[in-house]
Amino acid sequence: MTHYILLAISAILVNNILLIQYLGNCPFLGTSKRMDTATGMAMAVVFVLTMAGIVTWILEYVFLKPFGLEYIRTIVFILIIAALVQFVELFLKKSIPALYAGLGIFLPLITTNCAVLGVCLLNIQEEYSFLEALVSSVAYPIGFGLALILFAGLRERVLVGRVTARRKTDLTLVEKRLRERYTIGRVPGPLQDVAIGLVMAGFMSLAFLGFKGMI
Amino acid sequence: MSETSLVQEFTKGLWKEIPPFRLVLGLCPTLAVTKAFETGIGMGCALTFVLVCSNILVSALRKSIPGKVRVPCFIIIIATFVVITELVMQAFTYPLYLKLGIFIPLIVVNCIVLGRAEAFASKNGIAASIADGLGIGIGYTISLSVLGSIREIFGTGTWLGHAVFGPSFQPFTFMVEAPGAFVCLGLMLGLMDLAGSK
Repeated sequence: MTHYILLAISAILVNNILLIQYLGNCPFLGTSKRMDTATGMAMAVVFVLTMAGIVTWILEYVFLKPFGLEYIRTIVFILIIAALVQFVELFLKKSIPALYAGLGIFLPLITTNCAVLGVCLLNIQEEYSFLEALVSSVAYPIGFGLALILFAGLRERVLVGRVTARRKTDLTLVEKRLRERYTIGRVPGPLQDVAIGLVMAGFMSLAFLGFKGMI
Repeated sequence: MSETSLVQEFTKGLWKEIPPFRLVLGLCPTLAVTKAFETGIGMGCALTFVLVCSNILVSALRKSIPGKVRVPCFIIIIATFVVITELVMQAFTYPLYLKLGIFIPLIVVNCIVLGRAEAFASKNGIAASIADGLGIGIGYTISLSVLGSIREIFGTGTWLGHAVFGPSFQPFTFMVEAPGAFVCLGLMLGLMDLAGSK
């Protein structure tokens, strides 16, 4: 039991998939500008990756390994993930429309999220047993969601600081209050948007590096 | 297609749309494999090969691929070339293959390759697609080698195994760890933006 708990903690914090293993950075920067899109992406990744991790593990040990077909693993896995995403999309649309509306455009984007394929390949590379693979396929996306939502919270405020400096007139009163409260200086021109986002991610990654001593 | 526009398609990848600075795509391998010059350039070459080959095939098949299922088709084409690259690297450059590890199969989901297939190769002829693939690929290789060199020189004090600084140099280990990758890439993006805006 302790083994699985340690594995989960290591996947969520110590080897955080976004900030330490550098997987899934495109959606990380793309969807972290606003809290609601970040939450949607995080949920979609948890949902799909858990299923993809289990399915690809079974496929590897039931089909690919016994027949000596490991060399086409990449093609098989990406096809399975693409099909799975499509299936999940159709299923949600029919049976849980509320969740489907919440995840919206993030579902199809997940096919090209390297965190999903990355974790599936890691499960095989580390030669995890089925239970270990299950734990890692749940824990890694939770780490992804944690980092993404924390980062969106930070980034929202830096962007707020930037907008305040540019145009003050077309804001509602509430927004104005919020912006006055959270303004964090102006970001220099060339560093705006993605560049400052990467630097901030670097400092968050430094904080996550501190968990290394935990296990 | 005339010769001047072919040259244009090629050179736009080297400066105007150089990935990952101008075309902010394919960040995961950029961050992960630039610990050293060697891994950076290795990854760049692997990606260039996949990009050029997939561009050729996508461009050749662009009239027969139905619009609705084009993305899965592109992914299969790309995955095929990634597997070829993987097997070739395993056979001939095994140490590099081990260093790049999981990031070679992950070229499949690199947004640059899929992005070029979708935005360029599926709309243009074979010659133009080759020029575009080569330009973007070489641009990416240059970016990765530059980033890799910076991180290797400051992070370990060496470049391709040769000591750069004197014996009293204390390596700046931050640069070869994960945070250094993010900060370094962020600052490079800023610098490129500054250079481009003048």
